[in-house]
Amino acid sequence: MSAKESKQNIDNQVTQPESKGRRDTLKTLATVPVLGAMAYGVYKKKKREHSNKVSSALFSFDAAPTIMEQQPDGKTIRLGIIGFGIRGAQLMQALGFATPQYLEDLKTQAKNDPQNTRYQDFLEQEDLNIVVNGVCDIFDVYAKDAAMAGANRKREGLNGKLDKLPTIYKHYKELLAAQDIDAVIIATPDHWHGTMIIDAVNAGKHVYVEKPLTWTVPETYLVVDAVRKSNVVFQLGHQGRQIEINHRAKDIIQKGLIGDVTLVEVSTNRNDPNGAWVYDIHPEANPSTIDWKQFEGHPQRIKEYMDYMTSSGAAKYIGPDSRDKFSLERFFRWRCWWDYSTGLSGDLLTHEYDAMNHILDLGIPASATSSGGVYFFKDGRTVPDVLQTTFEFPDRNMSFLYSATLASQFNRPRKIMGTDATIELGSSLNVTIDGASQRYKDKIEQGVIKPGEPFYRYASGKSIDALSSATEMYFAERGLLFSYVEGKRYNTTFLHLREWLECIRQKKQPSCGIEEAFAEAITAHMGTRAYLEGRTMYWDKDKQIITRE
Amino acid sequence: MNRKNVYSRPQLSCLVILRILIGWYFMYEGLAKIFNPNWSSYPYLLDSKGFFAPIFISLTDYPFLVDVINYINMYGLTIIGLCMILGCFVSIANIGAIGLLSLYYLSHPPLIGVHYLIPPEGSYLWVDKNLVMLGAVLVQHFFPSSHYIGIDRYIFRKFRKTQEQ
Repeated sequence: MSAKESKQNIDNQVTQPESKGRRDTLKTLATVPVLGAMAYGVYKKKKREHSNKVSSALFSFDAAPTIMEQQPDGKTIRLGIIGFGIRGAQLMQALGFATPQYLEDLKTQAKNDPQNTRYQDFLEQEDLNIVVNGVCDIFDVYAKDAAMAGANRKREGLNGKLDKLPTIYKHYKELLAAQDIDAVIIATPDHWHGTMIIDAVNAGKHVYVEKPLTWTVPETYLVVDAVRKSNVVFQLGHQGRQIEINHRAKDIIQKGLIGDVTLVEVSTNRNDPNGAWVYDIHPEANPSTIDWKQFEGHPQRIKEYMDYMTSSGAAKYIGPDSRDKFSLERFFRWRCWWDYSTGLSGDLLTHEYDAMNHILDLGIPASATSSGGVYFFKDGRTVPDVLQTTFEFPDRNMSFLYSATLASQFNRPRKIMGTDATIELGSSLNVTIDGASQRYKDKIEQGVIKPGEPFYRYASGKSIDALSSATEMYFAERGLLFSYVEGKRYNTTFLHLREWLECIRQKKQPSCGIEEAFAEAITAHMGTRAYLEGRTMYWDKDKQIITRE
Repeated sequence: MNRKNVYSRPQLSCLVILRILIGWYFMYEGLAKIFNPNWSSYPYLLDSKGFFAPIFISLTDYPFLVDVINYINMYGLTIIGLCMILGCFVSIANIGAIGLLSLYYLSHPPLIGVHYLIPPEGSYLWVDKNLVMLGAVLVQHFFPSSHYIGIDRYIFRKFRKTQEQ
């Protein structure tokens, strides 16, 4: 039957005399009661969900942290870059400066894959009102690349026009002496951090330095002393300080919502040669393009290192190559040897520790023990590729457990375990209520809280509670949710650098200043020494020194 | 009244039941979105795959458009469902439903080798529940029941009467 035919039939029907008016009305309104059933169902469902609202009621917070406003008409900050290796290049990109080659590659990627918006994102990145006036790298190719990036203010590819090239300095001290530089970014190997910070501070330059703060324990005190006495704005490169979910975790703990924290579990999980510091060796690298003498390190630092290693029974970890022997492996993969590196402890444990120090205000632990070894990358390295370190905080009644492997990337989220609930920090923040919690006992008994099930979730500036749909939770876990509501998605390194620059302009204290850096350095050194010496290390709070008992 | 319908009694009953079921499904989908303050079509649009995916994904670049799409889904689904349940302006509701279902299907076609972030709860090859639902709406569009059972019965009689006068 066609629609037309059926319509005709109906028309015939509805134009019947109204003698059966009641029957007619009944037929007209026959399905209305279905709405009653719908209303009842919706009411029942809402009522049940209302009891689940407990998580949004319990876990309600002030607005999410906002980023510091850029001062209008703030002065242009003139930067010097020391070190343009992998991290140095990343830091400059975060500042909006990249080599024409790098941008050309991004352009090609965007052309081949319209979904790849990295080039567009880079172009749209906020202008931080900075200029790069000087660069320094002891590998000539990197120094030239750094200069090209610094001059590429228009953010163009290979056919673009460069601005005035920054001065290339052969030695970092020449860069520090330059009058047209206000602030420096240090992204050199660990064994140079401390010395360069001290020299930069003495030259009156503001400092952003990559982690870890220092390579030796004695230099740590010198660095801290120099920065404390100065007026420079100092920031240590733990960009994790800018991770929004860490701020929310801090709020949750401060409100006492997870009870007493007795254990924190953090980890590093990587499984690729790059993650294990086996970086590429540049084809143009050779003794004539690398200033090996400068790479070796500052004589005073080397003495501090050698004195400690020989006096503590760790001499077997020195070398094995002699320090003055040119080695491309040691130059590009310096993290693999204690002679330049602080190992897992300085490179990766520090990120985990700093995140927890931020969230829990831990300070320096009372003691540290470590174990591990070179179990997978038997490539001649002296630093371990598997490491377990525990820090004790008896005055906080808690332990901090760090566990790392460079040969498995199984994801282990950070866990902050409390008597009432546990926070897991991955790409989102998850709170699970403890079945034995006293705080939530009533609600557990009422069946309002189901222990063991995710109770509260927070991602991308959005609270996701028990009311939220499975889809939302799914997206939240992947950090995809509502990113447009919060505006542009930011890279944490960009935020961390931006904060430092704004603190210079507004004469404020950045989030990872010298006190946080001191705690980070001492904590990492305690973990390292515990590994090297195979015994527990202690922190003497009064004397402010690391001891063996 | 002429008791002899073009449909047999079981046929009409089935058509009315089908209309109520589809209506219920649409209406609650809409209400659930209205009641959930966190709901947005944004992740769904972002997860689009297939031939038309670039169009759906590009919509997410404009927060205003996402808001419009959200409103269309929240209130569109609810009103379509309400119309179907009540049997009121069903042919218009059907057209709306066909439009929305086509968009859902085109943004999330169950193609071979395509994976969605939200995995569907069944197993599909080219045909999914949206497409089946689309078929059902087409059936009810061409086999209308609201002129027998539903408010359309009254509306169309009134309309006819007005015309006659």
